[in-house]
Amino acid sequence: MEQIRKQYKKILSDYIGNQNESDLYIGQNFIKRMIQKNVTPEEVISIHKQALEEVYDDLPDSVLHGYDFLIEVMVHFGLKVQEHQSLLAKQEELRIEMEIATKIQNLLLENEIPKPRSVDIGMISVPLRKMNGDYVHFMHDDERFLSVAVTDVVGKGVPAALCMSMVKYGLDTLEYANSNPSYVLEVLNRTIEKSIDDSMFVSLCYVRYDLSTNVLTWSSAGHEPSLYYDGESESFYDLESKGLLLGILPEAKYTQQDLDLKNGDFVILMTDGVTDFRNKEEFDSREIIKELALANRHLTAQEMCEVIYSELQKLHDFKLEDDFTVVIIKK
Amino acid sequence: MNVNVQFREDGDLLLGYIEGEIDTYTAPILRDELEMIRITEGLLVELDLSNVNYMDSTGLGVFVAFYKKIVKENASLKLVNLSARLTRLFEITGLSELMEIGKGGATNARI
Repeated sequence: MEQIRKQYKKILSDYIGNQNESDLYIGQNFIKRMIQKNVTPEEVISIHKQALEEVYDDLPDSVLHGYDFLIEVMVHFGLKVQEHQSLLAKQEELRIEMEIATKIQNLLLENEIPKPRSVDIGMISVPLRKMNGDYVHFMHDDERFLSVAVTDVVGKGVPAALCMSMVKYGLDTLEYANSNPSYVLEVLNRTIEKSIDDSMFVSLCYVRYDLSTNVLTWSSAGHEPSLYYDGESESFYDLESKGLLLGILPEAKYTQQDLDLKNGDFVILMTDGVTDFRNKEEFDSREIIKELALANRHLTAQEMCEVIYSELQKLHDFKLEDDFTVVIIKK
Repeated sequence: MNVNVQFREDGDLLLGYIEGEIDTYTAPILRDELEMIRITEGLLVELDLSNVNYMDSTGLGVFVAFYKKIVKENASLKLVNLSARLTRLFEITGLSELMEIGKGGATNARI
């Protein structure tokens, strides 16, 4: 410290002597060294005060008192800066952890869109924040059954993502795509109810498609109703059900219904992030989705999903407020 | 955006009048307000939602948790005067089959 004092005094008196640019530069470099040696802001001022006192022995007391005041104030300034720096470090730590969690989630929830011969499937799922509270699970086995689950966990971000992993494993343990949708929902409901908090729940729409008969069987637990487009009558139908959200009542029962998927028909599954127009009550969001789907039904299922996403994003002025997921099954 | 709850007690009836928007940010406020209610056996809590103009799934979560607590204590809960939008939300989620939802009726008194 004594060394620093001496050097500082030298640089300061040189500068006061000729006010030279190069001395100023030396001073600026010197402060970097002081920072490296963990000299606090108030110590810098104290060094400055002492140096001035040594250079000028006729400094008025008022100026010295002024410095004492500044030293006291800077003590608090220094503490605040330290606090701020430790918060920044903490934030960086969290950011890194979040990034790892996102990677793990993406890995866990990775699911390829099946490409069976007789039906065209498209999907888009975009999280609002880093982690997704929506999830789409596909199963396709023995070339006959194909099943799709579209899920939405209440809330967003990390808590939703953690709960989602449980749903995924629940679905994985069911293993086969030929299970009855109502059975799948009942099993998942019991699993989820046991493990989550009272204010958490999951909405889920489960669809099973029989590739040999073209019968689509669906069941829903508190989920945004899917849309069925009947190409023959050129009209849309809501696939409504009153199935309760998963995770609320252990004994909840679910029903399932069948529909025949004919050429030119399609089904749109989605989460509430797609239909929720919070600040635009004048929009009937489901009507908008129907119009978009109808106008683009000549495209592939994947292209239709992408058009719906980009058009709705525009309508929301690119400020979607929830995770956004659309799945289209097209015959 | 905020949410505000006012209560009025009338014997075994507790009227709650909720106002505002219930989303991720305001749901904890509502949850805290509802948690402060001392639930006794036989108590009827009637929550008037006529001035709730928006609710998302986090808001639903608050009502579900409160409903479960009420059932555990042998009390009852009724949600009244929901907008068409909110009614639909409770219908889609199957919650309208579980909880009592209706018009204010005899207890429809403003606070």
